[in-house]
Amino acid sequence: MALRVHRAGILTTVQDLGRYGYQRFGVPVGGVMDEYSHRLANLLVGNAEDEATLEITLAGPRLEFTEDALIGVCGGDFTPTIGGRSVPAARPVLVAPGSILDFGTCRLGCRAYLAVAGGFDVPRVMGSKSTYLRGGFGGFEGRSLRRGDVLTIGEGGAGLYPGLRAELEQGAAFAYPRWSVNANSAFLAHDHHRIHFIPGRHWHLFSEESQQQFAAVQFRIAPDSDRMGYRLEGAVMMLKQPTEILPEAVTFGTIQVPPDGRPIVLMANRQTTGGYPRIGEVATVDLPLLAQLPPGDTVQFEPMTLEDSQRLYLNRDRDLGIMREALQMRMKL
Amino acid sequence: MAESKLGAFTLAPLGDGVLLIELGDDASDSTAQRVQAVAEHLLRQSPAGVRDVVPAVCAVALHYDPLLVEQPREGATPYDALAQQVTERLASLDPARRAAGREVEIPVCYGGAFGEDLAGLAEAHGLSADEVIALHGMPVYRVQMLGFAPGFAYLAGLDPRLSTPRRSTPRTRVPGGSVAIGGELTAVYPLDLPGGWHLIGRSPVRFFDPAAEQPSLLVAGDRVRFVRISADEYAALDKGASWR
Repeated sequence: MALRVHRAGILTTVQDLGRYGYQRFGVPVGGVMDEYSHRLANLLVGNAEDEATLEITLAGPRLEFTEDALIGVCGGDFTPTIGGRSVPAARPVLVAPGSILDFGTCRLGCRAYLAVAGGFDVPRVMGSKSTYLRGGFGGFEGRSLRRGDVLTIGEGGAGLYPGLRAELEQGAAFAYPRWSVNANSAFLAHDHHRIHFIPGRHWHLFSEESQQQFAAVQFRIAPDSDRMGYRLEGAVMMLKQPTEILPEAVTFGTIQVPPDGRPIVLMANRQTTGGYPRIGEVATVDLPLLAQLPPGDTVQFEPMTLEDSQRLYLNRDRDLGIMREALQMRMKL
Repeated sequence: MAESKLGAFTLAPLGDGVLLIELGDDASDSTAQRVQAVAEHLLRQSPAGVRDVVPAVCAVALHYDPLLVEQPREGATPYDALAQQVTERLASLDPARRAAGREVEIPVCYGGAFGEDLAGLAEAHGLSADEVIALHGMPVYRVQMLGFAPGFAYLAGLDPRLSTPRRSTPRTRVPGGSVAIGGELTAVYPLDLPGGWHLIGRSPVRFFDPAAEQPSLLVAGDRVRFVRISADEYAALDKGASWR
């Protein structure tokens, strides 16, 4: 069973939850930008949450399924269609053999995640299926997808959603249930996005004016933002006095400030270490929202305690666990 | 702040998924030795939930999944629980009792097309190119940390006479294998990468192999010596040479 790429889109890559255990060798974690949508897409089709999905960026691909497939699309709205008919997001969709799934350009958010029951059968490199473009390894041949690529899909999805299977056997091109999961994508429609951050180790090194500004200013996501980092425009962060920082570990969401004073939020493809002062770290629960914001959108940062941030993280996982159980019931129908 | 044979250390959070163990505030050999000892100890005996142990110049970072940290009592945050486990583990650690790092010899063909900046760097320091090469090949360097890119090792121990501020305009592509000087450090670019360091030569050795069990030739704590080779030797070694 396979997925044939008719059109690749701007940047379509195989990603999972990241490559952990190799940062001491300088290997970036990488993985999906929006972990929540990725996990949800996998849950819909009965995959493990760390199975690889396709991360689709800004303008989407056109993909043919050689055999029937159970798929789930979550994240940004790319108005996917099959045969001109809209394919709904945030629910399982069973597609007939030969179906061509066509993603448009992104209307809301900027990344969508396509999960296929059985996952993508690409080799694990250092324990992960994530594509690392700069290093040329992981994912599908270490690169983004191109026209003509054929990705093998693993075994999975057999016997799930027998109701949808019955609809397909009656001749439907694709079938989906009436329900959908709460994919939390509605919040993307707002103009004004609040992102929580935990003030960091070097917070006190910044001038009081910069500290006040950081949580008051509307920052705009600069055009040169990507999977490695989001550059922010709107205020320049000044240190109280020039301070040299010895390089140390950084993480997904570290907000560092290079000498030009323009903050950069480090994202999925960040390096493993950094040598600039950091204002703080974005709360992990808010990273999926940030990852969905395209250049030009504005964000406002709001301080949060570590206790609250970890509590929200645990709560979100509990909610996903409840969703997993609910879906396991529905898969039998 | 906690005390042990290790000496004083401080634990601090880096966001909600990293615990940082600070072991000093300088780039000295003694700090580096303590960083190494802690990193090796916690790699061997990682507390539950830890998914990466990353040593840097004077701190070790533990990347963890808050969900998987063992929480002995209700109400403690994952960070507090992990901090307590780390403190207990470090209490028994003696930094003097650790395996010595390996010594790795790295062949380098200096100058020419491989070291575009060698002549300029020599001139800036009032040295001849041969003097720069000799000074670069003299010390036994210490791998301070890895970072920037897979397999990129920051090497400390550069002769101060070669210390050179980075280029004001970085190159968009530095060829993999390039041996370079940046500030008080030297390094080899393991892959084709953008970079602002001064290129003085190139090594035919493979520094990073995604398929290898230890994907990076160099790890923190290793010692490195550069050995000068000719263009012919470079060509011979470059044919099918692998660091294994």
